[in-house]
Amino acid sequence: MSDQDEAEPSAAPYVPTATTTAQDTGASAPDQPGGRQPLTGNAIIKAVTEGHSVVITILAVFVALLVGAVLIVASDPVVLRAWNSFGYAPGTVFSATWSSVAAAYSALFEGAIFSPATISAAFHGGSIAAIFYPLSLTAFEATPLILTGLSVAICFRAGMFNIGAAGQWIGGALVATWLGYAVNLPIVLHAVVCIIGAFAGGAVIGWIVGEIKARTGAHEVILTIMLNYVMYNFLAFMVSSQSLMQAPGQTNAVAPGIDGNAMLPHVGGPPPQVGVGFLIALAAAAATAWLLSRSTLGFEFRAVGASPSAARSAGIRVERVWVLAFLIAGGLAGLSAATIVQGQAAPLTTTSYGTYGFDGITVALLGRARPLGVVLAGLLFGALNAGGTVMEAATGVPSDVTNVIEALIVLFVAAPPLIRLLFRLRSTSGAGPQAVTSKGWSG
Amino acid sequence: MTATLDAPAPVRAPVSVGRRYLAAGTFILLGLIDIFVFGLFAHRGDAIFALSLPGATPKLPGIHVPGALTAYLLGAISIGLGLLRALVDLPRWGKRLTIAIALLCFLLSLLAWADAGSSVGPLQVIDLLQGTLTASIPLVLGALAGLMCERSGVINIAIEGQLLTGAFAGAAVASVTGGVWLGLIGGSLTGGLVGLILAIFAITFLVDQIIVGVVLDVIALGLTNYLYDRVMVPYADTFNTGNTFGTLKIPVLGDIPIIGPVFFDSNVFLYITYALIVIIQIALFRTRWGLRVRAVGEHPVAADTVGIRVLWTRYRNVILGGLIAGIGGAYLTVGSVGFFTSNISSGFGYIALAAMIFGRWTPLGSVAAALLFGFSYQLQTELSVLRVPVSSFILLMAPYVATIIAVAGLVGRVRPPAADGKPYIKA
Repeated sequence: MSDQDEAEPSAAPYVPTATTTAQDTGASAPDQPGGRQPLTGNAIIKAVTEGHSVVITILAVFVALLVGAVLIVASDPVVLRAWNSFGYAPGTVFSATWSSVAAAYSALFEGAIFSPATISAAFHGGSIAAIFYPLSLTAFEATPLILTGLSVAICFRAGMFNIGAAGQWIGGALVATWLGYAVNLPIVLHAVVCIIGAFAGGAVIGWIVGEIKARTGAHEVILTIMLNYVMYNFLAFMVSSQSLMQAPGQTNAVAPGIDGNAMLPHVGGPPPQVGVGFLIALAAAAATAWLLSRSTLGFEFRAVGASPSAARSAGIRVERVWVLAFLIAGGLAGLSAATIVQGQAAPLTTTSYGTYGFDGITVALLGRARPLGVVLAGLLFGALNAGGTVMEAATGVPSDVTNVIEALIVLFVAAPPLIRLLFRLRSTSGAGPQAVTSKGWSG
Repeated sequence: MTATLDAPAPVRAPVSVGRRYLAAGTFILLGLIDIFVFGLFAHRGDAIFALSLPGATPKLPGIHVPGALTAYLLGAISIGLGLLRALVDLPRWGKRLTIAIALLCFLLSLLAWADAGSSVGPLQVIDLLQGTLTASIPLVLGALAGLMCERSGVINIAIEGQLLTGAFAGAAVASVTGGVWLGLIGGSLTGGLVGLILAIFAITFLVDQIIVGVVLDVIALGLTNYLYDRVMVPYADTFNTGNTFGTLKIPVLGDIPIIGPVFFDSNVFLYITYALIVIIQIALFRTRWGLRVRAVGEHPVAADTVGIRVLWTRYRNVILGGLIAGIGGAYLTVGSVGFFTSNISSGFGYIALAAMIFGRWTPLGSVAAALLFGFSYQLQTELSVLRVPVSSFILLMAPYVATIIAVAGLVGRVRPPAADGKPYIKA
């Protein structure tokens, strides 16, 4: 039944996009494009990886920034006061509106990319390094997002939805922190051991999800949401028990600070530094790209993601793929924790997990579940986060507006027909509205 | 989806046998915990269960039971049930009854252990039950909201966002207008608006429903945080005054001992929740409307063939669901603490989603599951009052672990509406 009503959308050919690389078309071999393939498990992948062009993304960013501007203006007391005098001084409304948005967005830009002031300062004997300071902040903010984004992306490619990066993050953070303060090792080795531990800690939490799904068929969305809450409470339990991981003599729920030997160093000179964490994130992206497009295992991931039944017929052990995909995804989320735990001086607390897990979902969606895309999306969101902090300090506009902008970008990118409608764009392939079928709970 | 179809049929039979012994083993394990943990480690003295609130009239005598002995007895019952399950193949209602009794034995022996010889005083049973109901209100309403959507074939992960925006709008409207009822309505409408956005993207633009839901949750969190920091905190006198509904005691029913204070002496949100549970249960399973909704959720092609407007039905249900979740959100502010704070829904929407799945997409099942979560929150509060030497975090973890075990097969395989999450494109 359901195959029938899904066969309809599959008849509409998908647009080969600029982001679809040669290896990826090889990957979708199990489902012949435009053919009568059983369109079932691959829907999420299609939703995520195909059908969006670079143009759509740029327009989506533009519309999201526009909505953000409306938010900034609509809640600005100066602008609202100007509206009261609209009758006799209409000009002030426009000037107040413009200056409100311009101040906020230029602060955002200066905090994320570069500030013209630092360039002129450099000409007048200032520090050249200061020019790159905002970019280094962007890289710093992007690091954990890239890693959780990769975690979510690898599950997308295997046809699964990983909402559990937060729980896996905590798994990695607990192991990295414990290895960081309880073990004495020489420099470099200590940091490496902690990183490996973080990967393992996250991988265990991911493995639990994959194993339960493989054995019982329980849906990974529910499993990961529940496991997140288990891990939030487990983290709170660990760091608030004096006999477990609470810092000695502390009454606050906080773990001991980790050993200096375990900290990740920075590379480069003074202020504009890039943390080793960022390099780890790039390396992880490269490794994920290799895994997905060059290895047998990655091929199995993509085959299962495209169609579990076809993969099963081809002799791929689908359950094993689910387990391994979640195991690796968990490990990547654990690495994200390592870059925070070992990259910042702040010790682990009950809220250290922040929003890295959920941001990973948006990053993976925007990056179309491709490693390079995830890196770029992570950098974009990192820039918005870094700029948001500066914007809040400079203009008083709360940085939360950047979270709204980020989510809106993803929403618009996920709905190309809406963007086409807004900008009166013709569908590039000449086909009808682009259908994206989703797989529902029982996929 | 094909994965489930392809799952070879023979696999199922051994699973069900395994499940039979799994249940039996779990009961026996619970019984052993009753005896060897709660029984052996209970303090000397009686556990007292107070059946009326302090200062209430008429005052009922509390129930005094010896702590350790109670735990031993309840443990023995639980083990007996386990043996029964292992040896006899019970009918379906019998299996459910044994699960309920074994869980009840476990809880009672836990409470007996916690209160035995306590210096703090008796266990406030009324408080525990009252708190369970009020803690469950947003979960029940969220689960019903999810149910409305999913029965018509649209997955709703945006419950969390609907609760959060509903809470924000509830507080803001009630503060600006000074009317708590307007706050309730405002919260509800805002939830409905989020539902409308979900419907537009999921039904019209055919975006993956899980993706839209997650993204809407992120937007709701970012937007409420932004407006809270930007407007509510600096102008708290206007936008966040903390108006709340008072308690409304139902005239006759509220005077019944035990039942009265628990069920009929609360604020209006609890009564709205009762009404919605009954209405949705009857509407879904006893009316033409409900039959059509379920048809659209199970087999949209067939529904379309007989002239049911599939897309319109889905739009209507998703918006209705949003309105219901919005009421649940408004409860968090105008029905409870009054003031909005950042991320006040703190994941209730996801718990409601789990409750709905746990309850197998039925109103009554969802309510039961939501009550279980509500009970565990309140139990944790009561136990920390009794200074039980167990970390409250472990107690808070329990319902989530229970859900994982449940979806992993203890309560059987859950089956969502067949067309849930699949957009319908008219041929």
